[in-house]
Amino acid sequence: MSTKPNDWPLWEVFVRSRQGLSHRHVGSLHAADAEMALSNARDVYTRRQEGTSIWVVRAQDITATSPDEKDMLFDPANDKVYRHPTFYDLPDEVKNM
Amino acid sequence: MVQEMDLLKRFDAYIDSDQKIEAKDWMPDAYRKTLIRQISQHAHSEIIGMLPEGNWITRAPSLQRKAILLAKVQDEAGHGLYLYSAAETLGVNREELLDALHKGKAKYSSIFNYPTLTWADMGAIGWLVDGAAIMNQVPLCKCSYGPYARAMVRVCKEESFHQRQGFQIMLNLCNGTKEQKEMAQDALNRWWWPSLMMFGPNDESSMHSAQSMKWKIKRFSNDELRQRFVDMSVPQAELLGLTIPDEQLKWNEATGHYDFGPIDWSEFEAVVSGNGPCNRERLATRVKAHENGEWVRAAAAAHAAKVAKRKSLKTDAA
Repeated sequence: MSTKPNDWPLWEVFVRSRQGLSHRHVGSLHAADAEMALSNARDVYTRRQEGTSIWVVRAQDITATSPDEKDMLFDPANDKVYRHPTFYDLPDEVKNM
Repeated sequence: MVQEMDLLKRFDAYIDSDQKIEAKDWMPDAYRKTLIRQISQHAHSEIIGMLPEGNWITRAPSLQRKAILLAKVQDEAGHGLYLYSAAETLGVNREELLDALHKGKAKYSSIFNYPTLTWADMGAIGWLVDGAAIMNQVPLCKCSYGPYARAMVRVCKEESFHQRQGFQIMLNLCNGTKEQKEMAQDALNRWWWPSLMMFGPNDESSMHSAQSMKWKIKRFSNDELRQRFVDMSVPQAELLGLTIPDEQLKWNEATGHYDFGPIDWSEFEAVVSGNGPCNRERLATRVKAHENGEWVRAAAAAHAAKVAKRKSLKTDAA
């Protein structure tokens, strides 16, 4: 890890707003290490009881899809309408299915 | 390899259909530059904006007022941090941004170059300056750049307490002694015109407006927002029993708006270009705070390095 004070790594912050919900990305911040990232995240992102749990992840450790792959990856699902329940026409007599 | 023309077409289609642009999406250089300039100026404004109020924390008239003012100033630090993070998604680093601020190369809202002379200024700032900021900021929650829009949603949620606490300070002063009410009137006199200037130059002389509207970074023009602010503030001043320092201010039945007098743009120009009452002092205070924090940043980095080294030694041994 760098010892230069001015390039603390970037951390992505995820907050669980209440029990029963999943953690959600809320933003990012700089910190020297994970412990400091958690304590900064607490001050920056949960000043008004916005959370019950925080995750921090080094931004450089995240692997993401590229916007250029968006069509290739996600568009094919477009023509598979049979994956949705509304594709199937059923007689009205069948209630609640 | 996708051609630049296709990329531009996709970008325009996103903008036209009100879809957000996200950090890794292709965007025209000028769009990126405009956002970096605007978001970083906005972040700087939040950080410098702590100073005029920080001036009153130790002198707040009660423990409760002190706690409220501390919370407000802490929010402003938080807003600065959300916004620097949003700017960084565009590929700049925070050091560069801070450096530009400290060297006087970056702008921040000129309103913070006015002095806070009395406690009533805390009221006037909350009521008018935060009120004007909210007017500017609410439309930004819908701006076309996702990370900026999301940061603004958080900012706006928190900002509304800022305005209300300011108005309450004014209300208390106006319901107080004659001297207290005079103090409130004096604060209004000094903050009114600079607050109107916060919306920026008139539409016909605003350099960046038209393009920003096209890109849906900006949703309303400077003059539109300024008019809304005037229309909103006049009845509030009446409620306080204070007089807005503008002899030409009057209700216009035909337009359904208040007409108001001309803004002294030479004052605005002077403050923007560094010659307001407090420009040098604000910047010097900011630079000093940054320099005084240097040893803390160095210590935290050294500690982190030591812990990381200890951990890696343990892993090697295992």
